[in-house]
Amino acid sequence: MRTAHPLSRLLVYAGLACAAAITIAPLLWLALNAFKTTEDISSGTFFTTEKGWTTENFARLFPSDPHAAIDITKKPSVNFTRFMVNSLFISGSITLLQLFFSSLGGFALAKYRFKGQGVLTVIMLATFMIPGPVLLAPQYELIYNLGLMDHRGGLIVTSMVGAFGIFLFRQAMRTVPDELIEAARIDGCSEFGLYWNIALPVVRPMVGAFCLITFMGTWNSFLWPQIILQSQDLFTLPIAVNQMRGMYGRNDTGLILAATLLSVLPVAVLFTLLQREFISGLTSGAVKG
Amino acid sequence: MRILSRRSAPYVFLLPFAASFLAFTLYPLIQSLWLSLHITVGPRAKLFTGAGNYAFMLSDPEFYKALRNTAVFTLGALCIQLPIALGLALLLNHTWLKGRSAWRFAFFSPYLVGQVFTAVLFGVVFAPKYGLLNQGLAALIPGFPIDTKWLEDPARVMPALIMTALWMHAGFNMVYFLAALQSVERELYEAAAIDGANAWQRFCAVTLPGIRPVLAFVAMLTTVGSFQVYELPYNLLNNSPGPQGAGLTIVMYLYLRGFDSGDLGFAAAVGWVIAAVLLVMSMIQLRQGRERVPR
Repeated sequence: MRTAHPLSRLLVYAGLACAAAITIAPLLWLALNAFKTTEDISSGTFFTTEKGWTTENFARLFPSDPHAAIDITKKPSVNFTRFMVNSLFISGSITLLQLFFSSLGGFALAKYRFKGQGVLTVIMLATFMIPGPVLLAPQYELIYNLGLMDHRGGLIVTSMVGAFGIFLFRQAMRTVPDELIEAARIDGCSEFGLYWNIALPVVRPMVGAFCLITFMGTWNSFLWPQIILQSQDLFTLPIAVNQMRGMYGRNDTGLILAATLLSVLPVAVLFTLLQREFISGLTSGAVKG
Repeated sequence: MRILSRRSAPYVFLLPFAASFLAFTLYPLIQSLWLSLHITVGPRAKLFTGAGNYAFMLSDPEFYKALRNTAVFTLGALCIQLPIALGLALLLNHTWLKGRSAWRFAFFSPYLVGQVFTAVLFGVVFAPKYGLLNQGLAALIPGFPIDTKWLEDPARVMPALIMTALWMHAGFNMVYFLAALQSVERELYEAAAIDGANAWQRFCAVTLPGIRPVLAFVAMLTTVGSFQVYELPYNLLNNSPGPQGAGLTIVMYLYLRGFDSGDLGFAAAVGWVIAAVLLVMSMIQLRQGRERVPR
């Protein structure tokens, strides 16, 4: 165990390198091909181009005059800014709302003793067992009756707070020392102040992890927006890219890959910033029990 | 006088969750049962049909095809993806390994892409002639036909789906396994090594029991997630179930039969079938997890 044979070390590194190459290759291929013309992509080379590297694909995603730009007969272009803003707005607002309500609920479950606490905890855990598809049809009906069809509100209102978030924060809030809370209470801190000023700062790593998990989930969510959104002005990135692929995918691979790259980038940047918190948040529920 | 007393605060703090649970989970759940007994045309016109939706499903060959495809996909995830994820974690768990977090980041990165964008990307990766997969295979295997069709050939659609899911999720599951492996006490390995156990015996006697709870958790997560796969095949196969429905999954069946054709009642019924299957599978996995407890 203590002394590994140099050859076996070499084998481990070789195995890891092979696996990493297979993992990274499609991403690298995506990043390179987004800067090639569709003709060059069709030639199947990896690192080289015949016509040279180009940002033309991206330029067509952000036309200078979005109203006059659509000419499907030749080089199609779309107003991609719109979709990025839509995605940012919806993912951002859902993340902030979930963060606030989930951490507040988790705080209540972890740091108070009250009647009905057991029942609420059981309900929360039981919610994990309900698969999403069973709720799709009745939620659609509900959103329709609320007049929120084809409306951003229809996406936000159903996912403002979830059992998963409450559970994560309940686990995290347990690490806040009771003495800290008691002392602040004696000093005249309000109950909301205990949450906001005392508990929330202590669980900051979980805040980072939770934001990333939630943001990623909503950023990539497809089925529910596909059902709720109809007008192109409201499309989020997954819906928009899906539609673009349907319209131009066969003969404009460059445009589609550029759109995909831009859609993936924000989450990748966010993850790189919050990597440590994310991994610990992800595994905290599973490994520590 | 405080606005919130210590007694009332937890109720107020949990009010958003309670309200959301009642309005968007419990009420729809009950409504879903009722809805599944109706034929609907859009959200307004309803006609009571009793068990008609369920009877239709049982007589629909497409339903069985969707069920079979989904089962194959789920089995592929459990039998191929999880062992590979565990293998990667074991490689990364060597104490002398340099750059562990860089390796981990590399393997985890596909998960960041998300199902829809992964599917769009792999739609190009699987393309005949210029696609990355055929180009790569042709470079490694002499004589591999460069124009192999992955997404147009019914026999290759499911392998393509399983490969894509493997690429996307192996690193994600690896993160769980690695965290579990690192919580197994080193002394146990050293004791086993002193007792003369070889690597395989150490794996079976120390590693597997040590990570069993996480293994069960990840298997459950993978089963539930794979059984509800929709975005991946739908986007990979150009908004269709693929050639001869080879990529039709059960949630895609729900979407196409329920939402595309506007029959919410039918969608609700399919939803309940999915819920029932998942419940049974979870119970089997829970029981198996308990039976395998050593000691």
